[in-house]
Amino acid sequence: MNRTYELMFIVRPDMPEEEQDKLISTLESAMTSSGGAMKKVERMGKRRLAYTVRRFYEGVYILLTVEGSGGLVHELERRLRVTEPVIKFLTVRVDEEQKRLDKIKKIRESRRKTSTSTSTAAAPAEAAAEAPAATA
Amino acid sequence: MADETKQEGAPASERSGDRGGDRGSRGPRTGGPGGPGGREGGRKFFRRKKVCKFCVEKIDSIDYKDYRTLGQFVAESGKIVPRRLTGVCTRHQRRLSTAIKLARNIALLPFAGRAS
Repeated sequence: MNRTYELMFIVRPDMPEEEQDKLISTLESAMTSSGGAMKKVERMGKRRLAYTVRRFYEGVYILLTVEGSGGLVHELERRLRVTEPVIKFLTVRVDEEQKRLDKIKKIRESRRKTSTSTSTAAAPAEAAAEAPAATA
Repeated sequence: MADETKQEGAPASERSGDRGGDRGSRGPRTGGPGGPGGREGGRKFFRRKKVCKFCVEKIDSIDYKDYRTLGQFVAESGKIVPRRLTGVCTRHQRRLSTAIKLARNIALLPFAGRAS
């Protein structure tokens, strides 16, 4: 049973980049060994925290998109907990939400097809309204 | 606080033509959000109808990572702004509140007070 999760964590701001890479690669090896996969790594960079976490005012945000089972997430969270430079983490399941979005998109596209066949004037307005939503 | 002001205004309008049974559900709506909308006398406010930002801009996913958008719906104190003030529709408000709570958890938004 494969699910998609977003694993966001904050490491302390004074952690060098090589060590971050090392941490990410160890997490990836943990994923592959338990039948999961890392789909995406996104470094969101250093950001000021909204409140102090372990006496830090800043943190480096890293976002991983992970595919795997719930047991894998459990293992990854355990690892993050024992890794000292990680000051906070959050796991969110995203596949259900993605499914919902795909459904909406499908409905919207089918609706647009019907609207273009009936009235051509309404179609550009709708496309213009949708364009900023897609880029955002 | 806001409820009290509405209930002051509501019965006056209801007595004029309505049956007074369902004032709980109907009264506040006629008064308008948070203001002395239809109180007796000539003063009438033209209140622009609030629309749901997410419905208008067709934003389907309210993402916890998008703290800029979420920040528009958080008061200075850090509280989630209620629906009656922002005009967000019910389903989007529900998603919005979960997103804000997730963002708070990962220190993107403050639990209380302004972002330090």
